[in-house]
Amino acid sequence: MFKNKRNVLLLILSCFVLAFPVIGKALDRADISGLASDTAMERLRAIEKIAAIGDPDALRLLEALQNSEVMITDAGQIVLENEEWDVIDAITLEVLDPQPDMYDTVIVNNRMRSQLDSAIGVLQLLSEDREIRLTSAKSLQDNLLPSLLSILNKALAKETDQEIIRILKESQSVILLNAADKQQRMEAVNYLMSSSERRVRELLAAKLERNEFGVYTEESAEVRVAIESAVAAIDRKLTFIDYFGRLFSGLSLGSILLLAAMGLAITYGLLGVINLAHGEMMMIGAYATYVTQQLFVSYLPNYFDLYVLAAIPIAFLCSAVIGVILERTVIRWLYGRPLETLLATWGISLFLIQSVRQIFGAQNVEVSNPNWLSGGVEVWNVVMPFNRIAIIVFAVLVLIGIWLLISQTRLGLFIRSVTQNRSMAACVGVNTAKIDMLAFGLGSGIAGLAGVALSQIGNVGPDLGQAYIIDSFMVVVLGGVGQLAGTVYAALGLGAFSKLIEPGVGAVLTKIIILVFIIAVIQKRPQGLFALKGRFVED
Amino acid sequence: MQYQPKIEPLFSKLGWVGLIGFALLTLLVVPSLYLMAPDGSSFQISSYTVTLVGKIMCYCIVAVAMNLIWGYAGILSLGQGLFFALGGYSFGMYLMRQIGRDGQYQSNLPDFMVFLDWKEYPLHWIGTDSFLWAIVLVVLVPGILAFIFGYFAFRSRIKGVYFSIITQALTFAFMLLFFRNETGFGGNNGFTDFKRILGYSITDPSMRAVLFGLSAFFLLFVLVLSRILIKSKVGRILTAVRDSESRLMFCGYDPIRYKLFVWTLSAVICGIAGALYVPQVGIINPSEMSPANSIEIAVWVAVGGRGTIVGPIIGAAAVNGAKSFFTQAFPEYWLFFLGLLFIFVTLCLPFGIVGLLSKLKRKFIKSKTES
Amino acid sequence: MQEISGIKNPRSQTAIGHVAKGGVDISHGPILYLEDISVSFDGFKALNDLSLTVDAGELRCIIGPNGAGKTTMMDVITGKTKPDSGTVFFGQSIDLSRMNEPQIASAGIGRKFQKPTVFENHSVFENLELAMKYDKSVLKNLFSKRRQSQIKKITETMEMIDLVDQADRPAGLLSHGQKQWLEIGMLLMQEPQLLLLDEPVAGMTDDETEKTAKLFKSLAGDRSLVVVEHDMEFVAEIASTVTVLHEGSVLAEGCMEDVHANERVIEVYLGR
Repeated sequence: MFKNKRNVLLLILSCFVLAFPVIGKALDRADISGLASDTAMERLRAIEKIAAIGDPDALRLLEALQNSEVMITDAGQIVLENEEWDVIDAITLEVLDPQPDMYDTVIVNNRMRSQLDSAIGVLQLLSEDREIRLTSAKSLQDNLLPSLLSILNKALAKETDQEIIRILKESQSVILLNAADKQQRMEAVNYLMSSSERRVRELLAAKLERNEFGVYTEESAEVRVAIESAVAAIDRKLTFIDYFGRLFSGLSLGSILLLAAMGLAITYGLLGVINLAHGEMMMIGAYATYVTQQLFVSYLPNYFDLYVLAAIPIAFLCSAVIGVILERTVIRWLYGRPLETLLATWGISLFLIQSVRQIFGAQNVEVSNPNWLSGGVEVWNVVMPFNRIAIIVFAVLVLIGIWLLISQTRLGLFIRSVTQNRSMAACVGVNTAKIDMLAFGLGSGIAGLAGVALSQIGNVGPDLGQAYIIDSFMVVVLGGVGQLAGTVYAALGLGAFSKLIEPGVGAVLTKIIILVFIIAVIQKRPQGLFALKGRFVED
Repeated sequence: MQYQPKIEPLFSKLGWVGLIGFALLTLLVVPSLYLMAPDGSSFQISSYTVTLVGKIMCYCIVAVAMNLIWGYAGILSLGQGLFFALGGYSFGMYLMRQIGRDGQYQSNLPDFMVFLDWKEYPLHWIGTDSFLWAIVLVVLVPGILAFIFGYFAFRSRIKGVYFSIITQALTFAFMLLFFRNETGFGGNNGFTDFKRILGYSITDPSMRAVLFGLSAFFLLFVLVLSRILIKSKVGRILTAVRDSESRLMFCGYDPIRYKLFVWTLSAVICGIAGALYVPQVGIINPSEMSPANSIEIAVWVAVGGRGTIVGPIIGAAAVNGAKSFFTQAFPEYWLFFLGLLFIFVTLCLPFGIVGLLSKLKRKFIKSKTES
Repeated sequence: MQEISGIKNPRSQTAIGHVAKGGVDISHGPILYLEDISVSFDGFKALNDLSLTVDAGELRCIIGPNGAGKTTMMDVITGKTKPDSGTVFFGQSIDLSRMNEPQIASAGIGRKFQKPTVFENHSVFENLELAMKYDKSVLKNLFSKRRQSQIKKITETMEMIDLVDQADRPAGLLSHGQKQWLEIGMLLMQEPQLLLLDEPVAGMTDDETEKTAKLFKSLAGDRSLVVVEHDMEFVAEIASTVTVLHEGSVLAEGCMEDVHANERVIEVYLGR
């Protein structure tokens, strides 16, 4: 509704601009005198006149009007108030002397306010502030009417910023697509060829259509050929951008899956334990992040932005400690009975979920991004949020950390030895029970780290873990057991694969396709895609 | 004299007594008391009780089916809830058709379709106004899905926890699918507001009694059937699959076929249980397919004692009885209880209640003979 | 050994299975051909161009150091492992590399594992019953009834393996040696034409070992046996031909004396 109304107003305004080509004319008293009128209609017309002037002075006056800073003295003079609370003339900006005793604020009704908004929107193209010009240029892209051409030209003549120039030129070219002069249209098409906007592509494609009498919207065959190649060029770029975007979301999903599955791969690879409470370990990590955030808000508000960094070790420890406790009390009694472990860990997960509900409530808690994780960077029209980039980096760091731990430390050596041959390791004096405990703690701690990452991109609630547990199991099943590399490939592969097909087939079908795919893969490689082949012992 | 193998009877004497007693109670005593006991008499049974017990008997059927595959063949499926729900949905389609024009929108179509602005029944609803076709669907839909899925899963030698996880993923995928409005099963809300079966009102006491009796009968049937199956050579082969699949293969058996047979059978039984369940509780929605439900089924069996005859029934009845008690008295503690039950049973009662009882019995006999 | 006369002639029973309708074709002599078999596990060559022929009725012993590929060879023959290259033929016409384990077993190859594997929760009787040569399809077994003739046959085997008084005990409660015997008994119930035995006398007493040797020798002739064994005494007792495997291929083959005298064999396996 609002947008339509705005369009209409813009149209009225632009008609006015078109009717009085007042370029170069400065603001004068006659233009603004209407503001002092009692009738709203007169005041409305005055705004139109001021807008038509289209220079920084006019913009300043309109903005003052919008902020209700324009006043009328008893004498009928239109004045403003400056920062020192002095009353100044609206046009000359000179301080009035003597200061008038009485003045009224110019009344701005709703209709005037809408009109002010759109007029200011256009005039902001001429603002001193780059950001304002940029916003204005972008907002105009949606309402390109021929009447805007003059102000676009005016803005272009003054503009120095490359990005804004590009936007303005694109807008200008879009308008010129309808120019009477064939040469102008041709130039417009040639310029638009470099665009990578779907909107522009649609506009160009529309030019190739015929009306009901079979007449092309674009009459010149030569221009039509140019448009065709421009559309094709934009399509190529759009496809590229599309796939680039999908790849990025795939990478992002993949890194999340990787974080979730790494801990699982350790506990399953080493202990043969399918830990259905793994998702809840992530949830605990996320809640630990939440608690850390609250502590920072209460005690270290100045260092709030650093809370995420502090949450990393805290979440790791919380999940790891809970993991160790569970290993000691429940899981170690179930080694060698994988199906029972499955049930017991599910029980643990129910227990943990309900505990969190009791402590923190069933509702989601709010975890906010620190400043350095909000916002994003745009690459090739794809916005990459900082928090997602950070998670990718984080996943890589965690991966490197685990790899170093497994391959370089004594604990890692023990873990590897127990994974390969438990009884042999026990014979040479490795305390397997202790290694089991530490490995389970490590796996749970990594889940806690995944929880920190998840808290930065989604809701934190008691059910957080449930959403990821099945997917991360799929990763482990696909990647094969006992190999970190398999987990990495499977996580990234599944992430990228699902995001590549998701836009086409929808999220649900994607899940089903992936399931079918995994079953198909297991047909060929029952031990997972990347598992070591060998004379494995069955039964 | 030539050696003769011992032949174990189908049921022990006590078993037969229990079986016949249960049959009399559920097929005769309860329905007649429910229908005929005068108001206010101490023999009166409320509709609530009949529905609750009927519902729990459906769960017991599922537990028996679960015990067939998990207790005997060692396949822990986390997808039995899916087959249960599919059976329920299959019959639910018929129930929706039976509403006729009595829905809120007084249309030929179910309310949710009117709401979605659909003009006619989608393809997969064809024929669902026929009771017979509905029964066929109840058997075929879970059966065919289980067969196809099982064929590929068993062929690729997915077993143990891998199989459990894959079935869980399957269930999850189906839940997502049924949550969607486009699938044509009422989305989030599923099917509800049923009115009639074969033209008779669904809330009528005699209809309730019939459904109750049918559930009881089918439970008995499944129990006897599974017992016969387990006593047969196929039963011994199934336990052999569980204990040493590779030995069995080198004996010349193809374990895939046996697994596929019992897995499909189990899915069909679950489907029929679902079809009996839906008219009694009056609703079916996708949350029936949530992975949590399926895994809970495993716990019923574990609590009662897997690989035992009556264990699954005792387990399903006990856990569900506890559930209806807790969700009324202390709703927030139900999950605690359930979670701890999972842990306790797997840690301390590997053979469930029945296992515990027979252990106590052995001890009792031993101490008696010693003294 | 007259007790086992009932199962001495495999042709007297209807051969059942996917391939062995007419039994295995041994018209050219050999019952098992392995030709240029290679199997590698992630770069490690478990079998390297292994070629081996076993004649019908032969009792062949395979020896070799650990990791020589003995068990992998059995895996290839029984279908558990698919060879990367090479051909495996059972008789003249049955291509084993295209079949799965149950099909191969039904075709007439029985296998005893290194570690005795029996159905631990089944009684001895049931173990033998499950192994018995009979239609192994689901439908047949669903409605099958025990016949007296079957019980008789099982009892005969139980007598042969000395387990009659254990008939109703769960196999899991048997001693190690008894389990070995039970597994051999199960193999016999299958009435295979080729028996693959992986360390059959490991864990047996001298007495039991001697008995086993006798049994194997009596079986040879009607059936073919391939025995993998480390117990050289046992091998010397039973074998006519010995094959030495080393690093996935045949190092030497011949009678016990020749093999014993072979320089290479002494070097890699027997030791000086």
